[in-house]
Amino acid sequence: MLGAARRQLGSGPMLGQVLRRLRPASADAARGYAAAGKEITVREALNTALDEEMSADPSVFLMGEEVGEYQGAYKITKGLLDKYGPDRVLDTPITEAGFTGIGVGAAYQGLRPVIEFMTFNFSMQAIDHIINSAAKSNYMSAGQINVPIVFRGPNGAAAGVGAQHSQCYAAWYAHVPGLKVLAPYSAEDARGLLKAAIRDPDPVVFLENELLYGESFPVSDEVLDSSFSLPIGKAKIERKGKDVTITAFSKMVGYALQAADILSKEGISAEVINLRSIRPLDRAAINASVRKTNRLVTLEEGFPQHGVGAEICMSVVEESFEYLDAPVERIAGADVPMPYAANLERLAVPQVEDIVRAARRACYRAVPLAATA
Amino acid sequence: MAATILRRLNPAGAAPPRAAPTLDLARRAVSDSSEPLTVETSLPFKPHLVDPPPRTVSTTPRELLAFFRDMALMRRAEIAADSLYKAKLIRGFCHLYDGQEAVAVGMEAAITRRDAIITAYRDHCLYLARGGDLVAAFAELMGRQDGCSRGKGGSMHFYKKDANFYGGHGIVGAQVPLGCGIAFAQRYRKEGTVTFDLYGDGAANQGQLFEALNMAALWKLPVILVCENNHYGMGTAEWKASKSPAYYKRGDYVPGLKVDGMDVLAVKQACKFAKEHVLENGPIILEMDTYRYHGHSMSDPGSTYRTRDEIAGIRQERDPIERVRKLILTHDLATAQELKDMEKEIRKEVDTAIAKAKESPMPDTSELFKNVYVNDCGLESFGVDRKVVRTVLP
Repeated sequence: MLGAARRQLGSGPMLGQVLRRLRPASADAARGYAAAGKEITVREALNTALDEEMSADPSVFLMGEEVGEYQGAYKITKGLLDKYGPDRVLDTPITEAGFTGIGVGAAYQGLRPVIEFMTFNFSMQAIDHIINSAAKSNYMSAGQINVPIVFRGPNGAAAGVGAQHSQCYAAWYAHVPGLKVLAPYSAEDARGLLKAAIRDPDPVVFLENELLYGESFPVSDEVLDSSFSLPIGKAKIERKGKDVTITAFSKMVGYALQAADILSKEGISAEVINLRSIRPLDRAAINASVRKTNRLVTLEEGFPQHGVGAEICMSVVEESFEYLDAPVERIAGADVPMPYAANLERLAVPQVEDIVRAARRACYRAVPLAATA
Repeated sequence: MAATILRRLNPAGAAPPRAAPTLDLARRAVSDSSEPLTVETSLPFKPHLVDPPPRTVSTTPRELLAFFRDMALMRRAEIAADSLYKAKLIRGFCHLYDGQEAVAVGMEAAITRRDAIITAYRDHCLYLARGGDLVAAFAELMGRQDGCSRGKGGSMHFYKKDANFYGGHGIVGAQVPLGCGIAFAQRYRKEGTVTFDLYGDGAANQGQLFEALNMAALWKLPVILVCENNHYGMGTAEWKASKSPAYYKRGDYVPGLKVDGMDVLAVKQACKFAKEHVLENGPIILEMDTYRYHGHSMSDPGSTYRTRDEIAGIRQERDPIERVRKLILTHDLATAQELKDMEKEIRKEVDTAIAKAKESPMPDTSELFKNVYVNDCGLESFGVDRKVVRTVLP
């Protein structure tokens, strides 16, 4: 059924090994099942993507804290300073508003900056430049000033980093017309979407995930080719199913796949959609899936109110209401600032059992009532 | 383009017959001579960490007359905008530049169109100085499709990319790092050009300015920070907002120069000096001591925080156009009547432009969905009621 050996699901490091199983017909269908496929980590995927795009286009440059000499706070930009020199890999002082504005100004003039935020929590210091200076410029100038810039960095919760370092910004940035917001999951996503983002003439917010950097994923030769890129605005069906649709992005895709495994043992076939692109949202793919399965669970790590799941639910209500056989279910982070204590943190972030429970509910399977606080 | 229009205002036959070139000084037509002329600036430059440029400025009769025409056009255009706003043809925000014309005109005289300029929302005259079209300016103010941003920007969002004019920004102080970024690109591509990054005394306290200036100094970016100090940040006087209102010194380790911003020749001299300086040494700050006659915007009468005597006094003593008029008359480059005629022509020019702009229709509703992205790749967008209005982006 699912090919490679199943392992007991545990925390992070096991995930990569579980995911070595083949995905059903998808973008990398070209790779044969039996091929001793190459695997790369998300970190390598991002690093090689940056390297190749900088090599191909001299107007691409990197800017951020510790991206150069330190080799990147999370080593994503390792080796690039040595290769491209300090004129193209710039270590900045700890001044997000300043260097983000400088990056946007450079993009006005036609360069292609890739600005790194050490985490997207720090992007709030520069958010005016992302929204007002970058996102809106092409519109306000009626097309005279476009901004081919990428803002990238880790987004969402890590492990034990507390309230100020754990927020997910997908909903915030995806709210704004004029921005594109991408959220890779696998190494293939990381490579293809980052390359597409750098080549895109519009401002792109590229939301990575710290806990995924070390995860390995199989990649085909096509993915490893320097011309590879993925289309912006298209989701990927990570796992085909027929009973319930689960939408997810970034790290939650892995959790959704684990949940789908568990559900399949109960006879519930879940279809897992890896959104890849939060804005533009692939409403067509989501709705097509829901019209097939008739049930939907939206999954995200961020705060629930006005989140990505809320938008997806509304889209489905607008376009596929008659197809729904159950109310839409939503699994999101808890509606509290992220606590530090490990047990509380576990309660604040979706776990696999939460996804399974919500899917069962969507399928009208009996579930014990959840304890109320 | 405004300059070309202005030069056309005075074709050969308009004035009394021209005397024989160079010799006859009596009853000469308005001069367009390029003979050098030396003038001293009204005040010396005040330096910070740099040797100031000399007070003697080289100019020509042609240039002085062009200064007069350009500033008079700007003055007339801003006053006309005032009337249009009161007639409710201009909506929202409208920040007028009258009084500050010498900064825009003097700066333009010192640089090329390959150098870049970025400013905040008091941008109409900078747009014109960069060769912006008068009709397009008024059309934009009135939200018409022939506006320079096709009616989608408004007063605060004028741009002219082909003249390296980058707007037009509504967030106070945000343009300062943006301008440093433009300079970054100029240095990255080794273009040998510079960026003039304009901001006001109100914006001078913005943290992001110091963040950007720090990086500009570290990386030796060819950027000139120009503080147009009109002494009031909206309604707050400079001494109430800034512990140190000596903005030319606020760069600390970055050199600066204080310039009489009402003296177009001083502005020209300072900008020329600054351009040479930054190409060698990295950033410099120019503080232009200037003044706006209007309030902060059209909703501000401008008199609750300053006296009418003060405004009248500046107009009397320091008006930039009157200064140039005096210079022209003193050097006998034109007669008083000729200058008055020029102003009359300019008034007509502006009225014609406004009439033409009024003929421009409002943008087509399809314009609502244009330019959200460059690469729309068939993206969907929605109107207020998406069951009624939804579209695939062009």
